[in-house]
Amino acid sequence: YAKYDQTICSGHSKDGLCTGSSRPVASIAWSVLLLPPTTALYVVLSRFSLFHPLQWLTECLTVLTSASAIFSFILLCGVVLLVGFFNLEYYSVVPSIACSKIALLGHVLHPRQFFHSLVHCIMGVVVAWCCAVTIGGRYQALGEVTGTSHGPQMCLNENHLVLLLAGAFVGYSHSLLGLVHNMNYISFHTVQQYKYLCFKGTLPLVMRASAVQALYSLRNFLALYFFMGYVPRAWVCRTLDLQVDSSVYSLDCVSGLLDLSLLYQLWISASFLLFTWYITVLLFRIFVTEAYSFPVQPTFQEDAHQCLPEVITGKQPTILKFLALQDLARLSNHCPSRRQEVFSLSQPGGHPLTWTAVNRECLSLLSDLTERLVSHHDNVASNGRTNRSWVLFPPPGGSRSWVLAHVHHPLTSSLMSIIPSRLPSCPSSPHVFPHVHHPLTSSLTSSLMSLTSLTSSLTSRCGPWPICFMMSDWVLFSLQLPEASSQALFADSQAHIWALEGLSHLVAASYSEDQYGVVQTTLPSILSAMLMLQEAVDRHFKLPHASSKPGRSSFSMGDSSYKTLRFALRATLKTSIYRITATFGEHLNAVQMSSEHRKRLQNFLEYKE
Amino acid sequence: MMCSLALFPPPLPGDGETSHYYSKDEFTTDPSVWFEESHALNLYFPRESLKPHSRPESSSKAAFRDHCETLYTRSAGAWRDAGLSGLLNEIANSSAEVPKWLGVSSRCVLALLQWVSSFHGSLFPHLTLSSEEMTAEFSQVLDWSDCAVRGFAWHPHTQKCAVALLDDSIKIYNPKSSTSPTLKHRLQRSVAALQWKPLCASDLAVACHNCLLVWHVDPTSLSTRPSSGCAQVLSHPGHSPVTSVAWSPSGSLLVSASPRDTAMLVWDVAVESCVPLHRVGGGGVTHISWSPDGSRLMAATPSSLFRVWETRMWTCERWPSLKGRCQSGCWSPDGSRLLFTVQGETVIYALTFTDTPGLPLGMSGGPKAATVVADLSETSLDTPDGDTMVGGEIQSLAWDPRGERLAVLLKGDAGAGRPAMIAVFKTQINPAFKLLPCGFVQGEPGTEPRLMQFNPNFRHGAQLTVCWSNGKITHVAFYFMSARVPQPGVGGSPPLPISQGRPADYVNQTLYTELIS
Repeated sequence: YAKYDQTICSGHSKDGLCTGSSRPVASIAWSVLLLPPTTALYVVLSRFSLFHPLQWLTECLTVLTSASAIFSFILLCGVVLLVGFFNLEYYSVVPSIACSKIALLGHVLHPRQFFHSLVHCIMGVVVAWCCAVTIGGRYQALGEVTGTSHGPQMCLNENHLVLLLAGAFVGYSHSLLGLVHNMNYISFHTVQQYKYLCFKGTLPLVMRASAVQALYSLRNFLALYFFMGYVPRAWVCRTLDLQVDSSVYSLDCVSGLLDLSLLYQLWISASFLLFTWYITVLLFRIFVTEAYSFPVQPTFQEDAHQCLPEVITGKQPTILKFLALQDLARLSNHCPSRRQEVFSLSQPGGHPLTWTAVNRECLSLLSDLTERLVSHHDNVASNGRTNRSWVLFPPPGGSRSWVLAHVHHPLTSSLMSIIPSRLPSCPSSPHVFPHVHHPLTSSLTSSLMSLTSLTSSLTSRCGPWPICFMMSDWVLFSLQLPEASSQALFADSQAHIWALEGLSHLVAASYSEDQYGVVQTTLPSILSAMLMLQEAVDRHFKLPHASSKPGRSSFSMGDSSYKTLRFALRATLKTSIYRITATFGEHLNAVQMSSEHRKRLQNFLEYKE
Repeated sequence: MMCSLALFPPPLPGDGETSHYYSKDEFTTDPSVWFEESHALNLYFPRESLKPHSRPESSSKAAFRDHCETLYTRSAGAWRDAGLSGLLNEIANSSAEVPKWLGVSSRCVLALLQWVSSFHGSLFPHLTLSSEEMTAEFSQVLDWSDCAVRGFAWHPHTQKCAVALLDDSIKIYNPKSSTSPTLKHRLQRSVAALQWKPLCASDLAVACHNCLLVWHVDPTSLSTRPSSGCAQVLSHPGHSPVTSVAWSPSGSLLVSASPRDTAMLVWDVAVESCVPLHRVGGGGVTHISWSPDGSRLMAATPSSLFRVWETRMWTCERWPSLKGRCQSGCWSPDGSRLLFTVQGETVIYALTFTDTPGLPLGMSGGPKAATVVADLSETSLDTPDGDTMVGGEIQSLAWDPRGERLAVLLKGDAGAGRPAMIAVFKTQINPAFKLLPCGFVQGEPGTEPRLMQFNPNFRHGAQLTVCWSNGKITHVAFYFMSARVPQPGVGGSPPLPISQGRPADYVNQTLYTELIS
């Protein structure tokens, strides 16, 4: 506990803008500190023998104190450091959502991801080698000396090779699954707990997840090895000039793979590997998402860039903006004294600078989302019409906007500028999907798109090629992931949720706590922003796929909460409006607003929404 | 200051249909204005018209099971239905079909399991109860298993209420609307508690047998039978039966508790994700109650221990070494005082939380000891009919939203001639906390109160809704002028009632006997 508290304190004593670096370092340090007990547990489990308990324990002790174990432990520390570094480098608070399978393929083939996979693959081999050394016995080394008729010979130890290959495979699948299930996405929990309690509560889940995931990975690996195992074996034999021992069965047959001891060792090693990595991810998440309390007003002028209104309005890094919004939501709900600071006036001048900054940023977030939703809705509506009309009678080039609507890339615009007359109904809103901006994805999609638009220009020149058109349309459509576009729209909605909570709590508190009436002047704009967003959200949920709930993700380390963020936003929005109407009641009739908004607000006042 | 039942005015004799619902000596005889406002919500659900589900599957299963199935199919079925012990039981019972060693070993493992579970059960006796018995034991409703009305919830902001009935349906009544939707769901069995979401018009959380349902009942819809698609099912392995639910007053979180699960679940309902809050000790969580200001949460366990959580960082404070388990608890409107009762004792304890919520580690200023504020031990009171015994153990507590009246549901004892009864106290929070006797609420002869709740939207004082053993739901109003400044947000600014006389108690004696079902 003592060390733990120290870390908390040191994390807090650093200034606000350093949270971006001190917290990940602390998390990596903790994952390295947790490595010795995990390794010890692994050693105990890997040497398990039911019938010789004494021998088992003494063996474990000798292994743990041997030089090779210490060397491999240092290697493991290096691996954990590297994993932690990758977590830091690749994490995001806004998930990247692939809207189509092509986009997903683009993500997988992206050089950045390729590098990630490669390094994880190598780290998998390193961990597996450490495991092999620790287990000892017949897994110890790659080559072994066997006596044959021609005298002693260096032969390939296939058990060792299988272990290494399994490590590589598990490492690679960890990287790949992490991408598919958005393991790099960091979500913020609604329930704040102390880090230790949070860790303790999640530890059993992580253990289970790593054991189960190891089983699945192993199954896939064994299937692969069964069919393709001779390739790496032959390659290793050729490069290292090892012989294949013909007296021992090769492992890529059923009887070879059904060796229970081998399977157990593979499973335990894979679980150990995944567990250490998952722990690193978990600690990183816990440390990074811990609530941080920003000062509302600077004590000294040079600290001004670290206080809440400044950080909230800043753009980079996103994690700081998120932490600031989270802090705003918490202070508006829990801390009357800090609320008072928000409502206060600036000392010389008497302007409500803090409130204005907070209010402006929250409103701009909300109106941003409203705009995004409205343009998406318009797009979908117009596309539905053109697509239908196109099926009936193909007009020249008019139907491509459906594809174009999902792409935002320089190439697209250049293409459109090349053949503007061919594409009269090009989309007017390039900002529909601000989160689908993976360079390679868009280039891939745009190359596909350029193909189709080329066909379309050809078609309009050389007469109708309806079949070719239908095909390309159909291919693109079948690759589209349903409801992903809806998820992408709300990908960063956690910020909006906090903005709504913060605003509504502050407005509700202002009823009794705001001495200077700073909030009242902005009440009409807040209400209209919320009501407009409410209308846009309502319209969005009427679209197909928008209100369908995603199935539960089976992959327990990936955080799938981004899939349901839109529901959370809808619920929070309603609650926020109700919070304001319940507090102000009939007084809201004195607030100026349009008749449409008043009608909507009346519904809220009568509890009919 | 401690208040006891001996200071109470004696209850009036029950003489037919005229004087059932009363509380104090002085009353106005003509409160017809108020009568108009609320009479539509007097409800009657005769016990005979409701058919409880004959549900124990285990009993009906034997009648239908095809015993010609292969061992494998039966084992798979047993595994699915009853887990490991069911599988072992199945193997042990079909000794003719399995190898001898398998039968013997499964019998051994089964015996070991039973021994372990009996050991566990001796630590926590409530674990030996069946789910139904458990719900009945820990519910806030008196005699839950045989009660026509199993749950009642007023909407926190409008005149709307939900009633859970013996036949596992829920009816929603709104005096302003002609339709009263009936909610039925396949998983909605043995409803133990229900609560409307604050700051929302439509959401209703229902604690069911093995899950939690959140209904979205559109207030503008004319449908009388919302489809089960309107309900969100929230379930978590090992979390059954659910006996208590509580929404946070800000409407963002939902907490559920089960006596079998040591973890209390905090749900984010829209996302359908939950955070289990595990703590060692207690063996489960039976009853939870959120303080009205949202800063604290009381969680009672089946053993002699309860916890008070602070909701900022979700740390808890243990209150062990009670005489029995904590039966019920309620918070004062400002969240500074917690009243609770203990099973087997006839007193009400109070805890005072003086610290301002919001400080880091908000529990630091918490109380060190609970004080006894009222003694409800048996007393005989003189009535015109002769002596009446009142008092005894307490089933549940309810504090009205303005903090002026406290209703206490006394369990009674039919053998000893003590009927179940509701005693009402006047409460005073400032300057010093005081409980003053107010009166008793009795039903028609032969009926007993089962469940009670204060109406949060009654503008002229406090209104206690009581569900009686004969299936009637009636409302008892206490008119007073609140000395406290009404809180903004709770029903707006209430107009002051009747005349500008002294802040006296106006007790109506209206008969709410209209039968509406």
